[in-house]
Amino acid sequence: MSLRIVVCVKYVPDATGDRHFAEDLTVDRDDVDGLLSELDEYAVEQALQIKEAADDAEITVLTVGPEDANDALRKALSMGADKAVHVEDDDLHGTDALGTSLVLAKAIEKTGYDLVVCGMASTDGTMGVLPALLAERLNVPQVTQLSEVSVADGKVTGRRDGDTASEQLEAALPAVVSVTDQSGEARYPSFKGIMAAKKKPVESLDLDDLDIDADEVGLAGSWTKVDDAAERPARTAGTIVKDEGEGGKQLAEFLAGQKFI
Amino acid sequence: MAEVLVYVDHVDGAVRKPTLELLTLARRIGEPVAVHLGPNAEEAAKVLAEHGAVKVLAADAPEFTEYLVAPKVDALQAAYDAVSPAAVLLPSSAEGKEIGARLAVRIGSGIITDAIDLEAGDEGPVATQSVFAASFTTKSRVTKGAPVITVKPNSAAPEAAPAAGTVEQLAVTVADSSKGTKIVSRTPRESTGRPELTEAAIVVSGGRGVNGAENFPVIEALADSLGAAVGASRAAVDAGWYPHTNQVGQTGKSVSPQLYIAAGISGAIQHRAGMQTSKTIVAINKDAEAPIFDLVDYGVVGDLFDVVPALTDEVKSRKG
Repeated sequence: MSLRIVVCVKYVPDATGDRHFAEDLTVDRDDVDGLLSELDEYAVEQALQIKEAADDAEITVLTVGPEDANDALRKALSMGADKAVHVEDDDLHGTDALGTSLVLAKAIEKTGYDLVVCGMASTDGTMGVLPALLAERLNVPQVTQLSEVSVADGKVTGRRDGDTASEQLEAALPAVVSVTDQSGEARYPSFKGIMAAKKKPVESLDLDDLDIDADEVGLAGSWTKVDDAAERPARTAGTIVKDEGEGGKQLAEFLAGQKFI
Repeated sequence: MAEVLVYVDHVDGAVRKPTLELLTLARRIGEPVAVHLGPNAEEAAKVLAEHGAVKVLAADAPEFTEYLVAPKVDALQAAYDAVSPAAVLLPSSAEGKEIGARLAVRIGSGIITDAIDLEAGDEGPVATQSVFAASFTTKSRVTKGAPVITVKPNSAAPEAAPAAGTVEQLAVTVADSSKGTKIVSRTPRESTGRPELTEAAIVVSGGRGVNGAENFPVIEALADSLGAAVGASRAAVDAGWYPHTNQVGQTGKSVSPQLYIAAGISGAIQHRAGMQTSKTIVAINKDAEAPIFDLVDYGVVGDLFDVVPALTDEVKSRKG
């Protein structure tokens, strides 16, 4: 039977752009160019490698987000994913991580899956909790923060590099996996891939399709609330000296003045 | 007074500093009750009591080390059910965030991660976060259920606040469904003898300018003279010059030490995201136009291979 892989991806404001908040204190997604979260490219890449190693597999790339999030799906499709699911609904605006995990879990169940692959975190929210939330909601094993991953004989195995130890993990499918930016450079879409992606199916779902009430999601349904967002004041300009042979000494003077030595 | 659960991060009973910071923050919103999973709870309880834990709920089970994350969620949930706390605080480690997230789903609560400060508020605890590569500071609350909040290291100075710290055994049943991910083997990391990167008061980092793994001892020597941790930029890590566990930046560690010294690091957004909240920032770089100089309190435009060893010698001689 075909191995059904679902890759969860997020469309995020470009981290090199001037990111800021909208008036309702949600992330402003209009004034900054968006793209597929860089950390999700690693998830797409690992899914493609798992597919290449399998006899028969199909990759569905899934996102929850506004219309423009379609760009993130197209990027993943041009890298080689087979089809896409886009959950889009005006009532989703302002949904937090718990709400997003609810929507993703329902969409994953509806799509059907043996393996869910996520990136380690998004580059905008940077929480890194979504894979664990999905495992909890789907009630399947959580095999997360992997720097190496492989799938064989109905099992997923991988290496999780933590601060104090490196762990070898193993779980039976179905399971939720997340991969780090150490898992392997993501491929660039080929011209052929980009052309092929235009013809790949993108299914659009809304909250009704997923049997989710509008009041469970969105800003009002969020489990958290942002009360204030303030731009961090620019750091006051410091002293900059050119090393004319005394740079090390001058720096030591400064550090001594600040009581670091 | 309402109780606040604090998840203890420890190594065989040796409590790590971020947990003491959590206890200090927990006292602002209630009475800290520590949850200690694993061995040597009695030993840990002494330190936890010194920092304000009125109670230490302890459980040890082989499942905590045999399976990933989920058994610890079962245990923390048992503690939650036993105490009905006003909030649950965990360290913002990869595991702390995952445990907190799963608990939040189970108890129907919202979760806030990576708080850098925490205060009591009229409508529950208010968490401060630093977002968008530290260019914005937000204040947020959990609006459903008992707040689950993970806090970054170095967010508070641990305060002594002696309390009873009575150890009570916590009855934990690990569900079969929590035994899905087996930890087949574990290879402990070799200790460098240096402070933990995220907990260190001083961090010395090297970047592209270090120009090779063989040159990193220059950075390490300065770090050792200051009792500092060693960091590396993504460029240095991607080049294979230094381990990923030492990477400072968006996809590595985010640090907030008293002093951050960047040597041979240009200061791309990826790096700034991980160090911008440091109290004092110092940089050494050949390129006077490097964006890192926009952040510094003190910068030296020069060759790091001249400046860093000279600084190391100065520090050593001043420390005598």
